[in-house]
Amino acid sequence: MNLTLIIPEIFLFLWALLILFVDFFTAEEKKHRLGPLSLVGIVITVVLVVFSGQGQAFGEMFSADYYSLSFAIIFLGSAFLAICTSIDFARERIKHQGEYYALILLSTVGMMFLAASRELLSMYVSLELTTISLFVLSAYLKTDLKSSEAGLKYMILGAASSAILLYGISLLYGITGTTVLKGIQAELVGSAFPGPLLVISLVFIIAGFSFKLAAVPFHMWAPDVYEGAPTPITAYLSVASKGAGLAAMVRVFFGSLLPVTSEWIPLFMALATMTMVLGNIVAIRQSNIKRMLAYSSIAQVGYILVALSAASELATTSMILYLLVYMFANIGAFAVVIAFYNHSGTDEICEYAGLSRRSPFLAISLVIFFLSLVGIPPLAGFVGKYLLFLAAIQKGYYWLVGVAVLTSVISLFYYMNVVRQMYFRKPTKNDPVKVSWSLRLALVLSLIGVIAVGVYPDPFVSLISKAASVFVY
Amino acid sequence: MLDKVWLVLLFPLLGFLLNGLFGWKFKRGLINLIACGSVGLSFLVSLGVFLDLLKLAPEARHFEKVLFPWVVSGSFKTAFSFLVDPLSALMILVVSGVAFLIHIYSTGYMHDDPGYVRYFSYLNLFTFSMLLLVLADNLLLMYIGWEAVGLCSYLLIGFWYEKKSAADAGKKAFIVNRIGDFGFALGIMLTFVIFGTVYFTPILERAPEVLQYGGAAATAITLLLFLGAVGKSAQIPLYVWLPDAMEGPTPVSALIHAATMVTAGIYMVARLSALFLMAPVSMLVVAIVGGVTALYAASIGLMQNDIKRVLAYSTISQLGYMFLACGVGAFGAGIFHLMTHAFFKALLFLCAGSVMHALAGELNIQKMGGLKKHMPVTYWTFLMGTLAIAGIPGFSGFFSKDEIIWKAFSSAQGHFLLWFLGAAGALMTAFYMFRLLFLTFHGKSRLTPELEKRAHESPNKMTVPLIILAVLAVIGGYVGIPHLLGGGNRIEKFLEPSFGQVSKAVETHHSGGVELLMMIISVLIALGGVYLAYTFYIKKTELPKKLAERYRSIYTLIYNKYYVDEIYNAVIVQPLKFFAIICWRFFDVIVIDGSANGLAKLVGLIGNLIRRFETGYVRNYALGFVVGVVIILGYFMLR
Repeated sequence: MNLTLIIPEIFLFLWALLILFVDFFTAEEKKHRLGPLSLVGIVITVVLVVFSGQGQAFGEMFSADYYSLSFAIIFLGSAFLAICTSIDFARERIKHQGEYYALILLSTVGMMFLAASRELLSMYVSLELTTISLFVLSAYLKTDLKSSEAGLKYMILGAASSAILLYGISLLYGITGTTVLKGIQAELVGSAFPGPLLVISLVFIIAGFSFKLAAVPFHMWAPDVYEGAPTPITAYLSVASKGAGLAAMVRVFFGSLLPVTSEWIPLFMALATMTMVLGNIVAIRQSNIKRMLAYSSIAQVGYILVALSAASELATTSMILYLLVYMFANIGAFAVVIAFYNHSGTDEICEYAGLSRRSPFLAISLVIFFLSLVGIPPLAGFVGKYLLFLAAIQKGYYWLVGVAVLTSVISLFYYMNVVRQMYFRKPTKNDPVKVSWSLRLALVLSLIGVIAVGVYPDPFVSLISKAASVFVY
Repeated sequence: MLDKVWLVLLFPLLGFLLNGLFGWKFKRGLINLIACGSVGLSFLVSLGVFLDLLKLAPEARHFEKVLFPWVVSGSFKTAFSFLVDPLSALMILVVSGVAFLIHIYSTGYMHDDPGYVRYFSYLNLFTFSMLLLVLADNLLLMYIGWEAVGLCSYLLIGFWYEKKSAADAGKKAFIVNRIGDFGFALGIMLTFVIFGTVYFTPILERAPEVLQYGGAAATAITLLLFLGAVGKSAQIPLYVWLPDAMEGPTPVSALIHAATMVTAGIYMVARLSALFLMAPVSMLVVAIVGGVTALYAASIGLMQNDIKRVLAYSTISQLGYMFLACGVGAFGAGIFHLMTHAFFKALLFLCAGSVMHALAGELNIQKMGGLKKHMPVTYWTFLMGTLAIAGIPGFSGFFSKDEIIWKAFSSAQGHFLLWFLGAAGALMTAFYMFRLLFLTFHGKSRLTPELEKRAHESPNKMTVPLIILAVLAVIGGYVGIPHLLGGGNRIEKFLEPSFGQVSKAVETHHSGGVELLMMIISVLIALGGVYLAYTFYIKKTELPKKLAERYRSIYTLIYNKYYVDEIYNAVIVQPLKFFAIICWRFFDVIVIDGSANGLAKLVGLIGNLIRRFETGYVRNYALGFVVGVVIILGYFMLR
């Protein structure tokens, strides 16, 4: 047993408890200070993650390597940004702020374990720790019907998907006799023909993970939950929850199922196509910006699935990089939405009319985030998409990349619709939108991320490619 | 210091970012400090780089610095990497030095302008772009600088954008430059196709093996690249943007004409000298275009009454000389003239600005006269600049221009006719410059009484740069005293490593006697021009009018700049406009818009349809989930 390897996770867990503890002794009007306190915990955890060593612990179950390191930084980053965007929102609209922050931290702990685990059951348990916290957070606006509905839907559907995932895992255990990924791989290399049982288990596992990723056709919960949940949670959900699903999916498929690629690659290609097409097309029709972003985030997963079908070292690199890039752009965009909501109490796109004149900084930031999501150079989204598509091109999936590029063009339509409202419509009100320091911090960090990765991707790519070399392709 | 060469670029870039992003919050003093300080630091680093380079042995003066890789795609590689050799070291020194003086001057000149911060952030960006262009060690990075310089010129020429003529001039500069840039871009692509790289060092080293002497590939590449140079350096037929470019603030004109922008074309041709030497046809084209432009633009300069317009045509003419030098293989002489020209042309423009500053923006020299007593510093410095550009012995322009005219005659690629173009141009240059000087500063005052009262010497911020530039305009030529006069022509020896085998290719075989004779002729020509101007505008002031009446038609033709703008408008602009309208009314509105709108409607309809599935009922969602699993399973089972 090598406990030192999980010091960051233990620390963050204790910090969550500390938040709960401090919460007891804090007066109601001072509770908003718990937000910055959580930020401090995250920063310390990042330092611990970077400087704690690498290796394995708990037999084969836990592995601290560059792969888990990359994901942990992305999870901690999105938690940091999400909490930044939460502070005002929580002060104004949420009771029990202590539990709110603690739940975000606990969910992050689950994700970190998830990215590091190399065994199906521990993976499942971490996934549940992540999702159950998110169920509660989605329903956090107790008096708001939409929020309660979101939480309930998320929980019921999440439970159903977990059941299917568990079923798939149990079948895989039945076939191979182990839940350790390495062992599974060894078994599969030896077996001559996989047989239908393996296919069923694969389909169930994919369905279970795809639910977390919100890939079509397992996406239906996403728009409702995204719309109903408190917006900072939506931002967190759209990045971190997807990231967790992706971390697990890549670890399982690239870490143990590479011997049987012919069984699952066509499936991912089909999922990718459906997800990109449906996500982008339906987003056009949305009049609520949170719902629009929900569909856009479904579409973004489609692009990631394109690379997942490529199953190569470059594919892994591109997916993790894209997740990083997507984190900055998406949480950044949500930060603008939150700032606007805090000020005006609405999420309707038509209310954004003339924002460029009311708050030029917010407007231009949103434009930059959207352009990055579309993949316009020199922003980070371009580098991300370029690598994703390059991975697929190298495997000769030209038609798949064709679909991806075409749907990217469609996506320009709904993103630019918001830009059109902000820049070419007259404002109905003239008061500038106030942006607090914490939101401003989230905005500036996201902007720096979106621009820095876009202009100078080299160091990021080379770091992340170390994570990709964890697997043997 | 060589390793820190990227600092040369960093400072102006930082200056641009700081003033551009936060300048609206800053106080004047801070803006000035950032704007001038950044370029000043850049100059100091350039100086350090230059001195370090001097310490090395001549053949070792070649240093490449890779900052970081930029685009790597298959066999195509570029990096943010810089090349320091005698040519680029001299260029950064001239660019940052002259730009620094212009920055200082601008703090006085633009004092009351509401766009103060915007002005200085553009100015820093301009300097940065030019330095990037000069330091790049590959064609693509040079192209970035090239385009950025074009953008900055657009921004600065149209700086007073609320004035229609300024906005139009900005657009004109940008569009005319695009034509040249297009050729340049094609040239870069062709170079990559043939050489498989865009880096200068391997291209220049391998040019003699890869290209056939006088072959089609060599000619095509160099002509395309030269098209780019013609656009940027304002040569026939793409010179039309430069005279209009003085719609911008006068220090900007000084910057464009002296340090940045127009010298880019010369620099590019000189940088790729080994390529041009493989294509004798292109060399001839360069020489002819240069020589004809030198004479042609000088002839227009004879008749203009706008002080800045005269100087603008004189720049075009002087750039023609530089191309003439390159065309006959005397790249060193071309760069030498580029340097001396940078000094005296910046000086002349800044003096013109000083005059305008004193006279509330008055530009017409027919309405000036006698300013000598009001603004002595401006007068004396202007005189130095005029003596230098006219090629009076002892001043910088004499050494560099005489070198060019001599090479046009004596080099292996030279010709008597090329010499004649240069010599005739020199006569005109001396004439129009002294005409300008006499009409502005000498004679009786033709100022209106209010202006007479207002006329004053400019503040120190403006006159100190003038004095420094005047000193440089006088002594700048002494680095290149020809062997004949007992000098060592040190600048050409310094630049030699950058041009490799060039100097041997154009070796001269004339005796010292011929060279001396030609030098005496060119001195006589210059003095003749001065004498003519003196007779016309000091002694017999009624003479110009009489001559103009007698040769009415020629006078109108030249006065209207040969109607080139009008011809371009009728032959190119109007037909293009007509074509554009057809494209717009028919093709764009009906075909493109029609199909785009149709597609959008279709996508919208599909979106509406799929949206129906999103019912909001948990049971439907769960069902969807299960159906999805079943369909996928079904696919695998039936496969």
